[in-house]
Amino acid sequence: MTIDVRVGPEPLPLTPPPVPAADGAVVAFWGVVRGEEPRGSIAALEYEAYAPMAEVELRAIAAEAAARWPLGWVRIHHRVGRLAAGEASVWIAVAAPRRAQAFAACRYVLEQLKRRAPIWKREIAADGAARWRGGRRLRARRDG
Amino acid sequence: MRVRVLLFARYRELAGGVGERWMELAPGARVADLLAALRATSPRLPPAPAVARNGALVDAGAALADGDEIALLPPVAGG
Repeated sequence: MTIDVRVGPEPLPLTPPPVPAADGAVVAFWGVVRGEEPRGSIAALEYEAYAPMAEVELRAIAAEAAARWPLGWVRIHHRVGRLAAGEASVWIAVAAPRRAQAFAACRYVLEQLKRRAPIWKREIAADGAARWRGGRRLRARRDG
Repeated sequence: MRVRVLLFARYRELAGGVGERWMELAPGARVADLLAALRATSPRLPPAPAVARNGALVDAGAALADGDEIALLPPVAGG
């Protein structure tokens, strides 16, 4: 089982790497900067991370997913810096023997990332106005 | 003792835009003492933010040690 986690400015992969022979399903998710919000048009999001802690947390999430589903690999890459509307900010990809496992694991990783990774974003509206996006308070977790 | 304090995102802006500083604290100081000292100079910081000590979340009663890295973490919004 391979865990591949990155938090940094590098562009995200566009294709998944090779899968183990036992795996017949890859599910990949790209989160993209939405250019239209109910409040108006968005020019960009500026992402910031406490990268060392974020990578530790993302590895823990990946390990949890691998304990729940028989995954060949889990890959989680999150960008930081300024990303224009339409650019991808996060990429999550999992390989599993069957599609149901791959869909479930990918979704689990995404939902946990949003709750637990110390990552923030500042919205830059089309008119230049900037504001930090609201989020969820981090809470300590016990093992298990 | 000296600890390295990191402020991220909105908390950095509430503290004058300085994201990293070293702070001198009395021996035996706890997270709550650090927060009180920070708020004395940056009163717009919240009284009970999420805090990580050396990369792990702790509560306000956690003891500090010389050289610790303490991070104040606003509500997160990754993805």
